[in-house]
Amino acid sequence: MDDANRQSETRLRRFHQAKWDEPIILELGTPGERGVLVPEVEPPVRAAVGDVLAALPANMRRREPPGLPEISQPQVVRHYLRLSQETLGVDLNVDIGQGTCTMKYSPKVNEELARLPEVAELHPLQDESTVQGILEILFRFQEILKAISGMDSFSLQPGAGSAAIYANASILRAYHARRGDGNQRDEIITTIFSHPSDAACPKTAGFRIITLYPGPRGYPTLDALKRALSERTAGLMITNPEDTGIFNPEVDEFVRLVHGVGGLCSYDQANANGILGITRARDVGFDLCHFNLHKTFAAPHGCGGPAVGAVGATAELAPFLPVPVVTFDGRRYSLDYDRPLSIGKVRSFYGVVPAVVKAYAWVVSLGPEGLRTVAETSVLNNNYLMKRVLEIPGFSAPYEPGTHRIEQVRYSLEDLTKETGVHSEDVGLRAADFGVHYWTSHHPWVVPEPCTLEPTESFSKADLDEYAAILRRVADEARSDPKLVRSAPHASTTHRVDPAPLDDPARWAVTWRAYKRKYATPIR
Amino acid sequence: MSEERPAVYPYIPNSVPAVRDEMLRALGVGKIDDLFDAIPARLRFRGRLEVPDPLRSEAELRRHVQGILARNTTCRVYSSFLGAGCYLHDVPAVCDEVNQRSEFLTAYAGEPYDDHGRFQALFEYASLMGELLDLDVVSVPTYDGYQAAATAIRMAARITGRRKCLVARATNPDKLSKIRDYAKPDLDIELVGFDPQTGELDVDRLRRSVSAETAAVYFENPSYLGVIEPGGEDIARIAHAAGALVVVSVDPLSLGVLAPPSSYGADITCGDIQSLGLRMQFGGGQGGFIATRDEERFVREYPSRLFGITPTVVKGEYGFGDVAYERTSFAEREAGKEFVGTAAALCGITAGVYLSLMGPQGMRDVGEAILLRTRYAMEGLGDIPGMTAPLFRAAHFQEFVVRFPQGTSVGETNRTLLQHGIFGGKDLTRELPELGPCALYCVSEVHTQAEIERLAQVLRETVS
Amino acid sequence: MEPLGVHPAGRRTLGLIVNPVAGLGGRVGLKGSDGASVQREALARGAAPLAEQRARQALAPLAGRQEAIDVLTVAGEMGEAVACASGFAPRVVGSIPSGRTTAEDTKTAAREMERLGVDLLLFAGGDGTARDVYDAVGERLVALGIPAGVKMHSAVFAVNPVAAGDAALSYLVGRRRVRTAEVMDVDEQELHRGIVSTRLYGYLRVPEDVRLVQSLKAPTPASEGGVLAAIAADVVDRMVDETLYILGPGTTTRAIATRLGLAKTLLGIDVVSRHGVVIADATESQLLAVVPHRPAKVIVSPIGGQGHLFGRGNQPISPAVLRAVGRASVLVVAAPDKIRSLGGRPFLVDTGDADLDHELSGYVRVVTGYGEEAVYEVSSGGAGEPAAGAAPGAVWTSG
Repeated sequence: MDDANRQSETRLRRFHQAKWDEPIILELGTPGERGVLVPEVEPPVRAAVGDVLAALPANMRRREPPGLPEISQPQVVRHYLRLSQETLGVDLNVDIGQGTCTMKYSPKVNEELARLPEVAELHPLQDESTVQGILEILFRFQEILKAISGMDSFSLQPGAGSAAIYANASILRAYHARRGDGNQRDEIITTIFSHPSDAACPKTAGFRIITLYPGPRGYPTLDALKRALSERTAGLMITNPEDTGIFNPEVDEFVRLVHGVGGLCSYDQANANGILGITRARDVGFDLCHFNLHKTFAAPHGCGGPAVGAVGATAELAPFLPVPVVTFDGRRYSLDYDRPLSIGKVRSFYGVVPAVVKAYAWVVSLGPEGLRTVAETSVLNNNYLMKRVLEIPGFSAPYEPGTHRIEQVRYSLEDLTKETGVHSEDVGLRAADFGVHYWTSHHPWVVPEPCTLEPTESFSKADLDEYAAILRRVADEARSDPKLVRSAPHASTTHRVDPAPLDDPARWAVTWRAYKRKYATPIR
Repeated sequence: MSEERPAVYPYIPNSVPAVRDEMLRALGVGKIDDLFDAIPARLRFRGRLEVPDPLRSEAELRRHVQGILARNTTCRVYSSFLGAGCYLHDVPAVCDEVNQRSEFLTAYAGEPYDDHGRFQALFEYASLMGELLDLDVVSVPTYDGYQAAATAIRMAARITGRRKCLVARATNPDKLSKIRDYAKPDLDIELVGFDPQTGELDVDRLRRSVSAETAAVYFENPSYLGVIEPGGEDIARIAHAAGALVVVSVDPLSLGVLAPPSSYGADITCGDIQSLGLRMQFGGGQGGFIATRDEERFVREYPSRLFGITPTVVKGEYGFGDVAYERTSFAEREAGKEFVGTAAALCGITAGVYLSLMGPQGMRDVGEAILLRTRYAMEGLGDIPGMTAPLFRAAHFQEFVVRFPQGTSVGETNRTLLQHGIFGGKDLTRELPELGPCALYCVSEVHTQAEIERLAQVLRETVS
Repeated sequence: MEPLGVHPAGRRTLGLIVNPVAGLGGRVGLKGSDGASVQREALARGAAPLAEQRARQALAPLAGRQEAIDVLTVAGEMGEAVACASGFAPRVVGSIPSGRTTAEDTKTAAREMERLGVDLLLFAGGDGTARDVYDAVGERLVALGIPAGVKMHSAVFAVNPVAAGDAALSYLVGRRRVRTAEVMDVDEQELHRGIVSTRLYGYLRVPEDVRLVQSLKAPTPASEGGVLAAIAADVVDRMVDETLYILGPGTTTRAIATRLGLAKTLLGIDVVSRHGVVIADATESQLLAVVPHRPAKVIVSPIGGQGHLFGRGNQPISPAVLRAVGRASVLVVAAPDKIRSLGGRPFLVDTGDADLDHELSGYVRVVTGYGEEAVYEVSSGGAGEPAAGAAPGAVWTSG
C-alpha cells in the first residue's frame, strides 16, 4: 500500500474539545451554601474547654473570614469535572506530541493498589513494625532499580526529576568537600540538549556551569569536552540519549575523560524508556543516575506531580544519599538514619510513596522480558513514526539523516516555515484542533522551528498513523490556507491568548483577587 | 530474539508479532536490535535484568501487592496522634473524586488551550490560597513545605543581596536539614532559640542577632512544637528595621481561625498543603506553596511557574498562561531562578477543591474544632500525675509537647501504647534533650472525645 | 486572527523606509548596489528592484491592523507606494528625486521620523541602508530591517520579509523587548578583489530576535541589558589587579567597562585594568608597546551575524598582538542569544595569518552569564559570503 493511500486511510477526526466557558470558581456560589460539613465537636468537650477563639492571642485571631466561595457540593463537583473535561490527559489523546515527557499508559490497577488504605492511611512516623509492608515495597523497588541500572544503592526520596538532579549535584558537592577540594572543584559540565535542570540544578547547588554545544552529529565532540575539563571540574551531568533522541556513542569516553581529571559523572535518565535492558548506567561508568518514575515507570503525571525522581549511586557515593535509606536485614525492613555523610533531607519523609507503589506494580507486571519489550517497542514506534513524519514535505530531523534514533525525535519545521511563513508553534496549535498535543522543545530552540515527538510503547500503529496524518494535514493547510493555521486553535477549549499582560507587572494576575484589582474592564 | 517471543502485553499494543514485523518491514530493517545500532556493542547490556518474573494478570498482581501491603497497620485501624508535618484529617470524598479523574491524573504539560482545564484549576487553587493567605501571588505547588521554605529563604537572599538567615529553633529538624542543604551556596543559617516557658521565639535573642547582613528571619506559625507565635509583629519590626525580610511557614488549615502571616508583617509566606484534602500516604501527600505581595521584585524571584489569567483573541473568553516566564529555568536554563520541574500540581488542584467545598465557614469550623479538641487533649493529659501537658504556657494549634515524668522512656511508652492500638506522639528525646522526656502529640478534627479520653486513660495507666 | 492586545497607550506609529535601489546589483552579478555608477550599470543590465516587493511581503502581517497602527513613510517609491498598496493611508514626509534616490534621502527620512516620533522604524534594504539608518538615528530609535539587499552581514535584519512583519506587529502591539544588533560595513575595495572583509560599523536597537523567539507563546527573552550585566559581573569578579584587559569592540565588552565604571569606545579597542582606562581606542603599536610589560588578556565578543571573533577588520588586535598575548589569554564573552543566532555555525577567526587562525580554531570557552559558560566551536575557514538576499540565519542540513 503506498503512502498516499495509507494516509487517506487514516480518517481525521472532526474533533471539538469540551468548551464549557466555565467561570472561575470564585464567581460561583451563594452566601450560605456549604460543600461539606465538619464533624460537630461534642458538647462536653466544648463545655470543658470554653471559648477557644477568645482564648487566642488577640493579634493571632483571624479578623475577616477568608474570601472563599460558598458553594454546594453538586456544583463543586460539576465545576471541577467540567475543568477536567477541558484537559487532554494521555488517557484521552494520542499524546505523542509531548516529547521528553514519556507519556504512557498508567495502568488503572496500579491506581487501585496505590489508593488502598494500606498505602493512603499510613503516617510516615508510625512504628516500623506497623509499616513493614510499605517498607518492603520501597525496598523491593530499590532493588529493581539497582538491577536496571547496575548501581549499588538507591533513594526514592526526591520529589521528581529535577529534585533528583539537584540531589545528585548536592552529592557531588559533598563528595568533593569531604575530599578537601570542594572549593577548587566548582564546575559542572553539561550539554545544551540535556534537560534545562541539568544546568539549573547544579547552578542552584552553587556550581559554575559549562554547557557544551553539539557537533555535527548532534552530540558534543570529545574535543569540545576536553576544552571544558580542568582541575576545577567537579563533574558531568548529562542526559543520554539527549532530547533529540540521539545517543552519544562516545559517552563512555566522556565519562573516562571526566574521571581522568577527578570529576564524577551523573546520568539524567529521564530518557530511559528506550534503553531499559539495553544499556545500563553503571556499565558506562556513571557514578550517579536518576530515573523519573512518572515517565519511564508509568506512574501518572498528575498535571505536573506529585512524582518521584529516584537517585542511584555507586557504593562509593551511597553514604551521601539522602536519609533515611530503606534497609533489610533478612528479617525486618527499617529506615536507616545512621548515615553521617548523608547530604541530609531533600524532601519530607521518604518520597511520594504511592508513585513507588505504582512503579513497582508496573515492573512486576512486565518482568525482565516485558521491560525489554517496552524499550524495543518505544524505539520501533519512534523510528516508524520518524519515517512517516519525514515523508511530509517541510519536516526534517536535523543531524545525521538516515540514522536510527532511540525513543524520540526532535524535528525541525524550518523548511515549512521558510516556504509558508507558518511557524512550528502554529502547527502545534492547529494540531489541537484534531485532538492531540504537540510540543516544540525546551528553550533555547537550538533546533529551529522545533517539534519533539515521543511515541512510547503505549501507542498502537493506528495511533502513530493518525498522528502522522494530522501533521501531514496541517502541513498541507500551511501551504493552502496559512491563515487558518496561524490563527488556530479553532476547535479547542479557548482561542489564542494575548501574551502581553503576562509579562507586564501592571497587568499580570496570578490570582483572582489580583485580576479584580488590576482589570478595570473585566475580561467578561 | 525479541521477535520470537510469544508474550503479548496489554500495555504494549505493538508487541503483537505481526504488527512488529509489519513495522520493521516498513523500516526496511530485519530485526528490532538493528534499530539500536547507534549504541556501540561495548555499551550493550546482554544479560537478563534481575527483576522479578512477571505477574501478567491483574488478579495475580493484586494478590501479590495486597499481600505485601497487608503487613501494614493503618491509622483507620489504630488511633494515631502523630503529626510533625504530616496530618490525619477528614478528606472529603469529592477531593478523591477529582484527583482520580483520569483527565487530571494523566495530563502533564499541554498548552493553555488543550489543557485549559488544568490551567484554570491551578489558577483557582492559587486564587483560593490567595484569599486564605490574603496575598495576591501564589506559586504553582512545589514539592512540599520543606522546599517552599528553602526556596523562600533563598528568594529573600536574592532580593536583599545578603547572606545570613536567622531560623527559629522550633522548626522541624528534617525541614532544617533540607534548608541547610539547599541554602548552602547562598546563606549561613543561624538558629534563634525559644523561650523555655512559652515555647515562643526568643525575641530578645533575635534582636541581638539581626544585623545588616541578615537576609531573612524565618519562623513557623504554629511552630513545629505546636505553639502559636504571638510575637509576629515584633519579629517583623526587628527584621524590617535591619532591612531583612520575614519568611513565615504556616499550616493553611489553621487560617480559618488564625490570622495569616501577611497580617503581622510576613514578606514571604510558605507552607505545605497536605492538610487541604490530601491523604497522608506515608508522607507522599505533601505539596508546598510560596506566596507574596504582587510586587515585581518578589514576583521575579519565584522559580516556579506562575499561571496568570489573560484575555484571548475572542472577546469575553478567559485564557491562561505563564507569568514572567523568563524567570524560570525552563526559559533560561541555568540563568533562571533556582530550577523548576514536575512537582505537586495535582495536590494543588485537590487543595483547591477542598477549599471550595469548605468555604469560609468550613474553614472556621475545622479550625475551631482543632483548637477545641487539642485543648481538650492537653487538659486531659495535663491531668495525669507526673505529666506536663502542654509543656509550654502558650496557645497551641493542633500539636503540643507533652513531658513525661522524669526517667520515663518515651520509646517504651510508645511501644506500650502500640499494644493498645495507639500511635503515640513523636518522641522528641533525641532532638530536644534539654526538654527532658517529651513527645509531640497531634490532635485534629478527626479525634473524637472518646478517642482522646482513651488516650488519656491508657497513658495514665502506663505512666503510673 | 492575530492577538487583540492593543496597547493601552493607544495607537502606535510605524515608520517605513524603502530603499528602491537595494538589491539592484546582485541579480545581475554586481556585488552591492552602492553608488550611482553601480546603480546605472545594474539598471542597464536589466535589474529590477527587490526592495519594493520585499516591503510588500513585510507589510502583509500588518495589513488590517489600521485600527492600532499608523504608518509614516516617504513619498513615492521610498515607501508611500508600498504602504498604500498594502491598505494603509500613510502620512508622507518629504519629497524625493524619483528614480535617483541616494543614501542621503534615507538619512533625511530617518532623521525626520525620529523628529516626528515613530515607535518602530522598518526599513527595506541591505547593509548600506542599515548603515544609513544608523548614521541618522544611532541607538535612539528602535529599527528593524526587511532583508532586500545583496550584502547581508548586519544582524539587524529579520530572516525574511514576513518575519520582519511579524516581529514588527508583535513589537508594536505586544512585547516591547529590544536588543542591540550589529550594523556591518564591508570593505568595497577588498570585495571587488573577491575578499570579504567586514567591519563593525555600529549598533541598532531591534525588537527581540524574531528568528529565536518566533511566536506568541514563547517566553520573552531575558532583557539583553540584564544578560550583559551578568556577563560583565562574572568577568569583573574574576579580574586581577596586575592584568591588563584588552577589550574588543561591541556592546558586551562595553558592559564590562560599564561594570568597572569606565567609558568604552564602542567600535574600537580599549585597554583597561580593574582601576581605569589605560589606553582608549588603541592602535596596534600601542597594544604591542604595553603587552610585553604586564600580563594581559584579550576579551572579545563575536561580531555581526557571521560571528567573527577576529577578522581582517579588527585591525588593532593583530596577529602580532595575539601571539604576544597567547591563545590561553583570550577570553570570549557572548550572550546566549548571540551564540544561538549563529544557528550552529562556528565563531570565525580570520586574522590574515593562516597559522594563527589554525591555532585559534577548535573549541573555546565563552562566558555567557554569571557563573555560566559555554563551549563553542571556532573555525578559520569556509566563511565566505552568505547567499545573496539572505539574512544571517540558521544553516541546518535538512532531512
